[in-house]
Amino acid sequence: MTAATTTLPSSPRSFSNAQIALAFVAVAVVLTILQYIGLLPAWMHRLPEAIIPNFASVLDTVFNFVKDDLGLLALTRFLTEGLEWLLDFSANIFFGKRRFPNIGPIPWTAMAAVASVIGYYLGGWRLALLGGGTMVWTALIGQWEIAMQTMSVLAIAAPLAFVIGLSLGIAAWKYAWVDKAIKPILSVLQTLPFFTYLLPAVIFFKVGPTAGAVATTIYAIPPMILMTTLGLKKVSPEVVEAGKMSGCTKAQMLRHVYIPSARTEILVGVNQVIMLSLAMVVLTAFIGMPGLGAKLLAMMGSFKLGRSFEIGITIVLLAVMLDRMSKAWVIKQPEHFERGTPLWKKHSMLLLGLGLFIGFTLLSLVVPFLAEVGRGQDFSQGKELDNLIKAFLNIEWVKATTGFLRAFLNVQVLIPFRNFMLSIPTPAFILLVAAFAFALAGRREAIYALVFFSLVALSGWWDRAIITLYSVISAVSLAALIGLPIGILASRSKKWSERVLLVCDTAQTFPSFVYLIPAIMLFGITDVAVIFSILVFAMVPLTRYTIEGLRNVPEEMTEAADMSGAKRFQKLWSVQLPIALPTMAVGFNQAIMFAFFMVIIAAFIGTQDLGQELQRTLAGTDLGKNFVLGICVSLMALTFDLTIMKWAADKKRMLGLQ
Amino acid sequence: MTADNPVISCKNVWKIFGPDPESFIKSMPEGMSFDEIRAAGYIAGVKDVSIDVHKGEMLVIMGLSGSGKSTLVRCFSRLHDITGGTITVEGQDIMSLSEKDLIELRRSKMGMVFQSFGLLPHRTVLENIAFPLEMRGQDKHTRRERALEVIKLVGLEGREDYFPRELSGGQQQRVGIARSLAIEPDIWFLDEPFSALDPLIRKEMQDEFLRLQQLLNKTIVFITHDFDEALRLADRIAIMKDGAVEQCDTPDQIVLHPATEYVRKFTEDIDKARVVHAGVLAQAQAVGEGEPQDSRATVHDMARMLVNDSREFIPVQKNGTVIGAMPRKDALDILLGDNA
Repeated sequence: MTAATTTLPSSPRSFSNAQIALAFVAVAVVLTILQYIGLLPAWMHRLPEAIIPNFASVLDTVFNFVKDDLGLLALTRFLTEGLEWLLDFSANIFFGKRRFPNIGPIPWTAMAAVASVIGYYLGGWRLALLGGGTMVWTALIGQWEIAMQTMSVLAIAAPLAFVIGLSLGIAAWKYAWVDKAIKPILSVLQTLPFFTYLLPAVIFFKVGPTAGAVATTIYAIPPMILMTTLGLKKVSPEVVEAGKMSGCTKAQMLRHVYIPSARTEILVGVNQVIMLSLAMVVLTAFIGMPGLGAKLLAMMGSFKLGRSFEIGITIVLLAVMLDRMSKAWVIKQPEHFERGTPLWKKHSMLLLGLGLFIGFTLLSLVVPFLAEVGRGQDFSQGKELDNLIKAFLNIEWVKATTGFLRAFLNVQVLIPFRNFMLSIPTPAFILLVAAFAFALAGRREAIYALVFFSLVALSGWWDRAIITLYSVISAVSLAALIGLPIGILASRSKKWSERVLLVCDTAQTFPSFVYLIPAIMLFGITDVAVIFSILVFAMVPLTRYTIEGLRNVPEEMTEAADMSGAKRFQKLWSVQLPIALPTMAVGFNQAIMFAFFMVIIAAFIGTQDLGQELQRTLAGTDLGKNFVLGICVSLMALTFDLTIMKWAADKKRMLGLQ
Repeated sequence: MTADNPVISCKNVWKIFGPDPESFIKSMPEGMSFDEIRAAGYIAGVKDVSIDVHKGEMLVIMGLSGSGKSTLVRCFSRLHDITGGTITVEGQDIMSLSEKDLIELRRSKMGMVFQSFGLLPHRTVLENIAFPLEMRGQDKHTRRERALEVIKLVGLEGREDYFPRELSGGQQQRVGIARSLAIEPDIWFLDEPFSALDPLIRKEMQDEFLRLQQLLNKTIVFITHDFDEALRLADRIAIMKDGAVEQCDTPDQIVLHPATEYVRKFTEDIDKARVVHAGVLAQAQAVGEGEPQDSRATVHDMARMLVNDSREFIPVQKNGTVIGAMPRKDALDILLGDNA
C-alpha cells in the first residue's frame, strides 16, 4: 500500500504530495486574507455554537451507564478495598500510619543504611553514597514523612504496573490479536494528558492514595508492555531452538528461556516504570494525594521559593537515585564464585544489609533522633533560601534581564504570535496542519490530520486548543533555537558529547513538576514562565537526539568528507546533518510530546488553554468534559507524532540506515 | 556401517515458506524450479528431498548459505513443520506426533548443537548443561552428576560455575556440545558447530569431535558450508543447492564422480589424493602381487610407494583379507591430478 502511494506521483494525472500541500496552503492563505479584510462570513471563521455537538453530555451518559448500570463502580470500589489494604500496609511500614501491621515506621537511619548497601551492591561506592546521601538529606531537611508518603504509594504502584505490564506484554507477544488491540490504545494513552488519568481515578477509586496509586499504575504500564514485547521478540532464534531441543514445554520455554533471555529489556522496562511512577505520583498532588508533590504544590502556591527549592532537590535526588540504581541493575551481570566459597561470603551483601538494618533499628530505640527527625530538629533553610533567592532576583542586572525577557517575549513575540494563530479561520488552520502532514508524511497522515483537527474543532474548545498549540509551538521553537546549537557544538568532541548527554539523561529523570520551580522563580506567574518551563523540559530531548544523531554518522562518511576537502561547516551542512536528520526528528517529536505534557502541568501557573479547563474538571465529577478535553490534547499530539515519525522512518529507509 | 532400518528417513520432503504454503504446494505444477517458485512469492527451503540416515553413520549436509541445509535439519527435529512428504525417525512419522510425544522424543533421543552456541546467558556452565535434564524433571543430584560427567568428557573441568560470557568461543561451543550430549541422545544434530570459531580452534574442535564420535558412535547429521570439513568428517556427504540435494554419496565418490556441474566446481580445487582411499580404487576381479595396501590408506599416504613401485596392480586388503587390487595407473592419475 505504501509502495503504491509512493509510486503514484510518477503517473502524469496525479499531483505530488508537495503540490497538494501547496494547494492546501494557498486555500488557507486566501481564507485568512478574506478574514482580515472582513469578507469571511463568521461561520467560516469559527464553527457556530449551534452545530457543535455536546460530546461531553453524551460521554457522561455513557460513563454513567457503564459506571452504575453495568456495575463498574461496584467493581472498582471492591478493588479499592484490596488496594487500600496494600497501601495502608506500606504506609505503616514507611511512615507509621496507624494500620496493620503496626510495626512502622522504619527508622530513617535503617533505611539510609539499606539504601547504601543496595547502592554498593549494584554499583559500588558512588551509588552507595547516592543512596545513603539521598536518605540522609531527606531526613535532615525535615521532609522524611512526606517523602515516605510518596514512596509508600510508589512501592505499591510500581510493582503493580510491572506485573500488569509484563503480563500484557507477554500476551501481546504471544497473540497477534492482543497486540493489534493494544497498539492504538497505547499510543493514545501515551499522548493523553495526565489530568485525564486523574479524574476517572478519583471517581472510580476514591480521593487520596488509592486514586493516586491507580492513576500512577495506569500511567506507568505502557512502556513496560512495549519493552516486554521488544525483549521477547529479540531472543535469539538459536536460544529458542536450543530450548525446544532440550524438550521444554511451552510453560518451561517462557519461564526458563524467554524471560531470562529478555532480562535486559525487561529491566529497562522496570526502570521506566519506576521513573514514570515517580513523575506521576508527584503529580497526583492535584487530586489530593499527600506527599512531596502536595507539599511542593502548597509551597509554590504560597510563593515560598526556598522550601519549594528544597523539596525540588529532594524529588530530584530521589529520582536520580532510583534511576541510577535501576539502571545499574540492568547492567549487573551474575558473578560466579570460586568453588568452596563459604555461604556467608556468597551472601555477604545481604547479611551486611540485614545487620545494619537491625543495628540501626535497635540503636534508634535508644537515640530517638536516629528514628525520626523531630520538628525543629531539621536543618531546613527555607526562610534563608527564600531571602537569598529574592535577593538574587533583585540584583540589578538579573532583574533587568528577566524583566526585559519577560517584556520583550511577551509583547514582541508571544502575544502577537498567539493573536495571529487565533485569527486564522478554523478551516484554514485545519488545512495548514493537513498540508504539513501531507508534505512531510503523505496522504494517510494528512487524512488523520484533517480528521483529528476537525474533531478538535467540533469539540467546541477550538480557541483553547489553539492556545495550547501556541504554547507548544513557541516553546519548542525556542527550545530548538537553544538546544540544537548546544547539541551541534557538543557533538564536535567526544568528551563534551558525553558530558552533555549525561546532563540530558539526568534532567530527563526529573519529574516534570520540578521544572516549574525555576520558571516561577525567574518569571513569576506569567505566560513567559509557562513557556520557559516547557522550553527547558523540551530542550532535553532535542539536544540529546541531536548529539546522538551527529555522533552516530558513520565514520567513513565523515572521513570521506574530510578527504574531499570539506571545511568543518561544509562537512556539517552537507554530510553530517542530512544523515543525522531522521534521528534529530525523533528528538523533535519527543520535544513536542514533552511540550504537550508540560503545557498541561503549566495550568498550575495559570494559562487559558485546555489544561486550565482540565484542571478545573478535577474539582468536580465532570467526567465527560474531562475526557473531551483530554482527547483534544491527545488528537493534536497524535497528529504530530504520526507525521513526524512517518517522515523519520521514510527518511531513514531512504538513507539505508535501517 | 549401514543397518537395514534407517534411523531417519525422509521421502519427498518439501518445506515452503510464504503466505499460504499449504495450498500453494497443492496447486503447484510438477517440476517447478526454485526461481519459478520464488517468482510466485514463495521460498522453497527444502525442495523434494529424499534421504536416509543410517545407524551410527555421520551424514554431512554441505551447501552454501541459503541452500536449505539448516532448514532440512530443522525439519528432522520438527523445529520446522514440513509442507509435504514424510519424515520418519526410528519408524515413527514425526509429523503425526502430538506436542507431548514430540517433546518426549526430543527429551530422550535428540541432541543439537548450534552455530552461535545458543547458550542461556543467565545460567552457569553446569546449569546450561543440566538444562535438558532439568526440563525432563530429573532431580538436582542426578543431573549434577551427569552434567559433571559430560563436562569432563568435553574437557571443561574447573569451569562449571562460569557464565557463558566468561568463556572463549571454543569453550562456549564445548558447553553447547556437552549440553546436547547430556541426555545421551541417539541422534545428534550439529548445525555448523565450528563455523563461528577461529581456523586454528576449528581444527582442534574437529579432532575433538572425531575423538568423541569414536567414543560414542552416535547417528550424526552434521551441517557445514566448508567442503574441507565435510570431506574430513563425513561417512556420506549430501550437497545441497536451492533446497534440493544435488548429490549424496561418500567423499571418494563425490570427488571422483561429481554428479552435476555444481558439485564438480566444489571438487575442482580439492587435493583428491587426500580424499580417495585404496579401498575405492580396488577392483574386485583384478589380481595383484606383492605386499597389499590397507583399504583405508589414501592415495596421498601411498604416494612414495606409487611413484617408486613398478607393479601394474597393487593388492588391497581390508581387515586382513584381500578384497581386490587397484591399478597403479589410476592411483597415479589421481596423485598427479591427471584425469585425462
